[in-house]
Amino acid sequence: MNAEGFPGAVRLAEIIFVISGLTVLAGALLAVMAHRIIRSVCGLALCCIGLAGLYAFLQSPFLALMQILIYVGAVCITIVFAVMLAEPDEPGEPHTGQGGGLWLPCALLICAVVGWALATLAVKTPWVEPAVRTSDGSLKAIGMALLTTHSLAFEVVSVVLLVAIVGALAIAHGGRGVAR
Amino acid sequence: MTLPEPFRLLAYLAGVMAFVGVNAAYLVWVERKGAARFQRRPGPTEVGPAGLLQPLADAAKLLSKQLLVPPDADRTLFRVAPVLVMAPALMCLATIPFGKTLGARSLDLGLVMVFAFGSINVMAIMLGGWASRNKYAIISAARIVSQNVAYEIPMMLVVITLIMVTGTTNLQEIVEDQAGGFWKWNVFNLAANPLMPVTFVIFFICMLAETNRAPFDMAEAESELVAGAFTEYAGMGFGVFFMAEYANILVGCSLGAILFLGGWQSPFGILSGVGWFLLKLYALVFTVVWVRWTFPRTQFYGLLNLSWKILIPVSLGTLVLTCIMLKIF
Repeated sequence: MNAEGFPGAVRLAEIIFVISGLTVLAGALLAVMAHRIIRSVCGLALCCIGLAGLYAFLQSPFLALMQILIYVGAVCITIVFAVMLAEPDEPGEPHTGQGGGLWLPCALLICAVVGWALATLAVKTPWVEPAVRTSDGSLKAIGMALLTTHSLAFEVVSVVLLVAIVGALAIAHGGRGVAR
Repeated sequence: MTLPEPFRLLAYLAGVMAFVGVNAAYLVWVERKGAARFQRRPGPTEVGPAGLLQPLADAAKLLSKQLLVPPDADRTLFRVAPVLVMAPALMCLATIPFGKTLGARSLDLGLVMVFAFGSINVMAIMLGGWASRNKYAIISAARIVSQNVAYEIPMMLVVITLIMVTGTTNLQEIVEDQAGGFWKWNVFNLAANPLMPVTFVIFFICMLAETNRAPFDMAEAESELVAGAFTEYAGMGFGVFFMAEYANILVGCSLGAILFLGGWQSPFGILSGVGWFLLKLYALVFTVVWVRWTFPRTQFYGLLNLSWKILIPVSLGTLVLTCIMLKIF
């Protein structure tokens, strides 16, 4: 891309990375901290859009678009739909956990340990850079990979969907029996 | 003239915004004139010659109204929803190739991108309806979801059929494959699938349902739900929803013109260009208006039955038929 003459052209990639990262963070925080559950879902949607930005930044445009199509366009909509049918009209009292004083430091401590461990792992591990790019992230490459190299994993994953459908049918059937 | 790439993209996006603005304003005029003619009355005549300045007067009226937020509403979501409806439509239009050299970029995943951003639209209308804290709005939001989920499936099946025929999701390449006269257009591509015209009709019906247009405007059924999800919106908040509806119609009709009617290709194989694309686009838009004022609104169960019992089986059938035809020939 010929970006000379554009303000901040040298740092364009970094800026996009930072914006995507911040979007993910903001969405995640919103999802966790909002009192109204529908705002949490909005946070989730925002987080997914940020993730899509990160995928695009890592040169996987197909994955990025699928992230938006499936997670924002389908999963979040289903969740909002369920919430609209189930949530009471007024938000309840803000939930305060038992022994409010102790939980926060504990949670922070655990987060700090896990975060530190992951960060150290990421920094210290001698990552081996592949000599050639294994895939160009295009539709064709992904299709070939899914249907030839990794076809077993692909088929096994689809079994999960089947189990989910059967489970949903079983639950719905049981519910009807009770209603009678 | 060669602008640096980011500047060119920004300029293109500004152009798309202007296109949407002008079209939204004047499609309202076309809609009102069309409705009037179908009902044997003159339509808007007072402001300007043949009422041509009516959209400007409407815009001035909407802009001068107070922006009300109902006291019980979820303030942030209520304000964000109109923007969320408009922005994805602009993103979708930015991927549409208007002519051989008139397009933002030749994206390999153009078709996927249109559907990815198009899916945000439902979420936004639903959030607007929910945030209003209004019974009509919430009923409407629930209807929008079931309607869009039901019609997304045949739409996707039709598009998959088409991708199998074209072998690419690059919109520009799809148009280029249809060069050389109207018998080369995908809608007449009977060698790949003898039912291609049926596929196009399914696509058009799904497009009407996805953009919430009559006879599928259950979400905004004014005789039952006041104005559906938009009941609580005043002034330009309502105006933006209204503009977004026309922007989505533009996206849907452009997609129809590109996928089935050869985009900017001329029907005689010569003199291809932007003009042909616009001609096809507006022919489809006029059909949308025509359908709206000709057919009465369906019932909600009729709407869902049409999708699950007719459109999905038929589109699955065309999909299988295309598989067989492509395998044999």
